Amino acid sequence: MQIIESPSEYDVIVVGSGAGGGMATKVLSEAGLKIAVLEAGPYFDPKNPEHQTQLKWPWESPRRGANTVRPFGDFDSAYGGWEIEGEPYTNAEGTQFDWFRSRMLGGRTNHWGRISLRFGPKDFRRKSIDGLGENWPIGYDDIKPYYDKVDKLIGVFGSKENLPNEPDGFFLPPPKPRLHEMYYIKGARKMNIPVIPSRLSILTKRINSERGVCFYCGQCSRACLAYADFSSGSCLIFPAQKSGGQIDLFVNAMVREVTTNEEGKATGVSYINKDDRKEYKLRGKVVGLAASACGSARILMNSKSAQHPNGLGNSSDHVGKYLHDSTGASRAAFIPALMDRKIYNEDGVGGMHVYTPWWLDNKNLDFPRGYHIEVWGGMGMPSYGFGFGAAGMNKYIGKNIGGYGDKLRDDVKRFYGSVVGISGRGESIPMKDNYCEIDPTVVDEFGIPVLRFNYKWSDFERKQARHMHNTFEEVLTAMGGELMGKKPGKDQDYGLLAPGRIIHEVGTTRMGNDPKTSVTNKFEQLHDANNVFVVDGGPFVSQADKNPTWTIMALAWRTSEYIIDQIKQRNI
Amino acid sequence: MDRRESIKSLLLGTLAGGALVTGCAPEEKAADIANVDVQPEEKHYGRTEKEKKNDAELNAEVFFSEHEISSIAVLCDLILPANATIGGATDAGVPEFIEFIVKDIPKHQMPIRGGLMWLDNASNKAYNLEFKAALPEQQKAILDTIAYPVPDLPMSKQTQGIRFFSLMRDLTLTGYYTSKMGIEDLGYKGNVPSVWDGVPEEELKRHGLAYEKEWLDKCIDQNSRMDIAEWDDDGNLIG
Repeated sequence: MQIIESPSEYDVIVVGSGAGGGMATKVLSEAGLKIAVLEAGPYFDPKNPEHQTQLKWPWESPRRGANTVRPFGDFDSAYGGWEIEGEPYTNAEGTQFDWFRSRMLGGRTNHWGRISLRFGPKDFRRKSIDGLGENWPIGYDDIKPYYDKVDKLIGVFGSKENLPNEPDGFFLPPPKPRLHEMYYIKGARKMNIPVIPSRLSILTKRINSERGVCFYCGQCSRACLAYADFSSGSCLIFPAQKSGGQIDLFVNAMVREVTTNEEGKATGVSYINKDDRKEYKLRGKVVGLAASACGSARILMNSKSAQHPNGLGNSSDHVGKYLHDSTGASRAAFIPALMDRKIYNEDGVGGMHVYTPWWLDNKNLDFPRGYHIEVWGGMGMPSYGFGFGAAGMNKYIGKNIGGYGDKLRDDVKRFYGSVVGISGRGESIPMKDNYCEIDPTVVDEFGIPVLRFNYKWSDFERKQARHMHNTFEEVLTAMGGELMGKKPGKDQDYGLLAPGRIIHEVGTTRMGNDPKTSVTNKFEQLHDANNVFVVDGGPFVSQADKNPTWTIMALAWRTSEYIIDQIKQRNI
Repeated sequence: MDRRESIKSLLLGTLAGGALVTGCAPEEKAADIANVDVQPEEKHYGRTEKEKKNDAELNAEVFFSEHEISSIAVLCDLILPANATIGGATDAGVPEFIEFIVKDIPKHQMPIRGGLMWLDNASNKAYNLEFKAALPEQQKAILDTIAYPVPDLPMSKQTQGIRFFSLMRDLTLTGYYTSKMGIEDLGYKGNVPSVWDGVPEEELKRHGLAYEKEWLDKCIDQNSRMDIAEWDDDGNLIG
């Protein structure tokens, strides 16, 4: 089969249209550069009635929103999941990593939790604090101006708190807490655990005349048709196109590899058009990989040539290494005081209105690094699973469980909105032994060699999860709650979710000053090929207990300015 | 004939009077609330082509026999019967939902198919009648033996009849409360454009709670939501 080559040459080819790719596309195109964006999935616009799931009712889905087809349910706006037909990956024996991919314009930004936290000064120098992992080659001051710009461009609500490692930003005002969150505040404070307004990229106020304002449907996971939350398409790519950027968008374009010349520099990419299943080549002066930490690592390792026999950017053998995800565990409780609720619309924003940032000193603890706490509950819209186990709730108030008829109907209503859950999301220790590599035995349906994962949690993470669960019990009990389920023990890794389940995976092309122990420099530029950059979570040295998206975008903006500068100086 | 329609006509005899289906909350000036038009389009629910095909294939299949689906209808209506104010499970389309969901989630197929035969066997032994043909009192007498799980015993250890009934109860509740009628019965008020401005004052009081001034001062003044945000250099909102 012949590979079809395009005649024109782009200034920059961006691979992936999520947070990093969207930001690079916006900044680079607005500087007048000619950009190609390749996205492995179809076009998606939450405003398009045919794509829209927001404001749909459960009965509009024949499975009532069950997660048979989409892992977070029928109305969630992620095309993909941990398993995608035709795009497998493998796990080395005795290890597990679950890899979530969203194949669509905007990628995973269409459904994410919008929790938009800056890394703090300590998060860039953890090795200096606890001796584990590695320090970043940059500090908070290097990235702060870009966090500021991201805040103002995209919009994030929050509050000034002057906490040492939770930097404040340019915030929109947060929404008022809901009832179950008032109970959480009360319970957490009893245990001396601080609670502050959450920080989510949802517009509680207008930030420009293009995007709408939150109308409180609580459905950010469905992507907002008013563009009142952050998705890469609605906030970065569409505005960049609208402002006259020279952007060619290639959808259903699955990149196989970065092509290089005799000097080892990138000349472009080759990709499979999923519609005609033919291979194409695009030429570009610069390549920006934003295919997600593991996706970009896969492309680099598959880009083998005489100049890069171990894969592009992989002379250090560090591509794919130090893969790490956030830790996660959850617990729920029945709150008797929240029975027989007065019913009103409390959908609120799509996510929690309050949260707890990490509040302890590890000197007094048996594990390193921290976690933040998220809280959930309320009188939400029913979907598949609503009412399961409803007949069992009576055990918490000492009544007979089970039954049917009008009594059952009454029970469902009496208990509606009375369950509150809390989740911890924490920082794991990046390990060289946790990695992805190319599986020499398997290809996907496009003939591209797939990833094989090797990932195991260590006792650092297990002990952190144990601490989370102890905290959950204390707080839920202090809220007057009756704990549901059992606290997971050692045999269940203390309830620690499998690596990849929190979908914060980073670290596979980590940045550093030493080309022997890192893949990119502090500008996310490959040590081995100066016209290739990685603008997703791959260059993270460590993933703080904060969701990575805001940092991905701040770094991508910083890198894009560097690319513009380097092009001007004719260095690349 | 469309399968959904055929189940409806099959069950027509069991319908308890006219179904009470009322519209959702009016779209109160949705465009004003969001600053853009947010009227949802009703023809779609955001499916990809592949997903549409999958839905169509599942809809074209028939899993339950006529006897099974009419037995399911009788059982569902015992679990959630119509009452003076609102319709019951079959009025809300629960049997149609169960027909679909067992094709979508095949692990439910065998327990329900087998459970229905278990139920007929129990009814035949007691009354020499299939379950659906027994009198309501007879049906309830059977349900009373399987509707109350043994406390503190995991579902996997409960008896066959209890496990079957629990599954049917779960699916009936989910099918009902995710229908238009069920959501009306529950009283859920959301899924419409609105402005959240805190817990109603009297509800806070009833719970012995109050917003602190310091916290409220940080929160959005909803009168200013349409003003374009501006900050000073220190990140203080000035507009």
